Amino acid sequence: MSPAVEIKTLQIDGKDVGARADQTILEVARENGIDIPTLCHLDGLGDVGACRLCLVEVKGSNKLLPACVTRVQEGMEVTAHSPRLESLRKIIVEMLFSERNHVCSVCVSNGHCELQALAASLGITHVRVPYLNPKLQVDATNRRFVIDHNRCVLCSRCVRVCDEIEGAHTWDHFGRGIDCRVITDLNQPWGNSDSCTGCGKCVHVCPTGALVEKGRAAGEMRKRQQFLPYLTLMREGRQ
Amino acid sequence: MTLDELREIARIEREKQQEVPRKIHVCMAAACLSQHSDKVKAGLEAQIKEKGLEHSCKVKGVGCMGLCAAGPLVSVEPEGKLYQGVRPPEEGSDVADIVGSVDGKPANKLELDPGLPFFKEQVKVVLENSGKIDPERIEDYIAADGYEALLTALTSMTPLEIIEQVTKSGLRGRGGAGYPTGLKWSTVAKARSQNNTKFVICNADEGDPGAFMDRSVLESDPQRVLEGMAIAAYAVGASQGYIYVRAEYPLAIKRLKTAIKQAENLGLLGNNICETRFSFRIDIRLGAGAFVCGEETALINSVEGKRGTPRPRPPYPAQEGLWGAPTLINNVETYANIAPIVRKGGAWFAGIGTEKSKGTKVFALAGRVQNTGLIEVPMGIKLRDIIFRLGGGIPDGRKFKAAQTGGPSGGCVPEQYLDMPVDYESLAKVGSIMGSGGLIVMDDSSCMPDVAKYFMDFCRTESCGKCAPCRVGTTHMYNLLERITSGAAAEKELSLLEELCSVVSQTSLCGLGQSAPNPVVTTLRYFRDEYLAHIGEKHCPAGVCKTKPLSRTTEVGK
Repeated sequence: MSPAVEIKTLQIDGKDVGARADQTILEVARENGIDIPTLCHLDGLGDVGACRLCLVEVKGSNKLLPACVTRVQEGMEVTAHSPRLESLRKIIVEMLFSERNHVCSVCVSNGHCELQALAASLGITHVRVPYLNPKLQVDATNRRFVIDHNRCVLCSRCVRVCDEIEGAHTWDHFGRGIDCRVITDLNQPWGNSDSCTGCGKCVHVCPTGALVEKGRAAGEMRKRQQFLPYLTLMREGRQ
Repeated sequence: MTLDELREIARIEREKQQEVPRKIHVCMAAACLSQHSDKVKAGLEAQIKEKGLEHSCKVKGVGCMGLCAAGPLVSVEPEGKLYQGVRPPEEGSDVADIVGSVDGKPANKLELDPGLPFFKEQVKVVLENSGKIDPERIEDYIAADGYEALLTALTSMTPLEIIEQVTKSGLRGRGGAGYPTGLKWSTVAKARSQNNTKFVICNADEGDPGAFMDRSVLESDPQRVLEGMAIAAYAVGASQGYIYVRAEYPLAIKRLKTAIKQAENLGLLGNNICETRFSFRIDIRLGAGAFVCGEETALINSVEGKRGTPRPRPPYPAQEGLWGAPTLINNVETYANIAPIVRKGGAWFAGIGTEKSKGTKVFALAGRVQNTGLIEVPMGIKLRDIIFRLGGGIPDGRKFKAAQTGGPSGGCVPEQYLDMPVDYESLAKVGSIMGSGGLIVMDDSSCMPDVAKYFMDFCRTESCGKCAPCRVGTTHMYNLLERITSGAAAEKELSLLEELCSVVSQTSLCGLGQSAPNPVVTTLRYFRDEYLAHIGEKHCPAGVCKTKPLSRTTEVGK
């Protein structure tokens, strides 16, 4: 028999919901059909609270809290959708578009891109901040995969899946601020990486067209992320 | 080491010091050292030897005396004569003159009046030993009542009583945010952890441009910080401490290492301190030059050996900090306040300052002010008094324009608030923060949009890149300020700048991003006309910016 579970009750967008004490606002919201937009979060990976799209208002807190890492509390009153939050989410996504070169029409992930889908669901029709148009490289040295830094949103899913699930820790961050990039090994070409096992998990968790398989034409790259929750579930079961 | 043994060391040291009636103190902190105070010290020693004064006069290297602008500083005790700008022997006769005046000759031109408001109006708690004791000798610190507080606490106070005194003192975190220290301590003390592991961390990653308070404390009186940490560790139940100090402070690191070794040798750090069950060790961790590592969760990541990026809070470090254990993080200056509070009681400390901001604050006075240097003043002092009395006003007959407090996270305080008391609440009310104590004074030759651009450039390059609003937002804000100061911006770009300020402060992950817009917000609030002059008339009123219109091809969306 499983140990006793502590249950908390709270409100999200005016809806009364129940939750286990160890759940996050995001988990509870999704269980109850309330969609909170996310980008860095992925079921099965540890959360970092980096993309700031899942920020919600919690009554009694003057700061906005990220739903993906904030645990539920008894009597919490959460607002996940408000005009203020919508406008903040919009401009954050606009800033992500302006940061690098997201040219959907020629992207292999066109039509299957989480950033694109986010923009569509938030009703973004144009980007109000100026494009930065950085000149970034494409690393195609790996036999099967390509990393195109022009499409990267620095969600760090690849870093986490490689570290937490595959255990290789090939990916990591490099540089600060706007110069931050994901790198393989100690900033060596991916193809020369000794630690990379070639499993391809990073490619399939990547929300955009930054990490893709070779040989795909525009719009052809579909990511398969379903493996992740199963993999984590099976590992938990074995322990 | 017991309390009696400690007092015996203090007694012997005091007697030894009294054997020589006259002492010449030479500042050996970074600012004066950069002006060759080490050569001055050597010169003084040689001169004394030459004149055969060894038995009546002794030269001692001490910590910062405060008036860094006039270094190297030399003082002659017990008369308290202070000499400024003393040149090493090969550059002039200053050294011989000083030794001569000790011998009875009239005072010379370098003498400073100790009655200057700069010295007279300071209230020294944190800096009480600074400029008086040799930072590289623990005996000197013990002779100045050092470690009395720690041993008294260990032998006759319970952890709860210590926290009570700290709470009663009203001390608030000196790192910037001003969180009540007593409350933080009691949270960590109450937190439960696996195998009772807890940590104490001292944040010495001082990174604000123009700030050197922590550096001075570490270089002038490192033992005081160790003692404060040890008392904190006893109060919260920790047995391991870390000092996270930036690698750019080599002298502070060297003196800390010496201090830790000396304290360990005397049994004031290590196992079973003062024959009690309390054991405490301190290790040094060096920061590799990232400003964001002054943020407590990023600092913890860095100590753990990870990339120094902040973690979301909650959980707060007091619950889950270093390696998941409850962790107490305080700033250097906060720990430096602890020993006097324990020694003299919380009520004594609470008697200084204002109702909500107790005690004193060390400020690094920099910029366009006569007396740049380190000052310690009671909370609630008027900003005008700091700048015009202690600071001696603005040089070259120019006009005061604004004071920037709190570094890149702070704001600019304009002239109309000069009579405001300096405390946490008042500064927050005008849009700035207390911060760690950097105070940069600006006169009418400063262009405020240019100042805002400088701080935004700092935040942009120091953003860690983890969260999107800070990483991209600070870059956009910097680009917009660049366009404004170069005269290329249109008026609608000003409203975009304001919107970005609001977005970045609301949505960023850590304090760096949340406070990065502050310099822009405050300068826009108080000096909007200067922004408009750059935009509308393509003219910089202060004559700083080269307002040559850029190409208009990258103008912001329609």
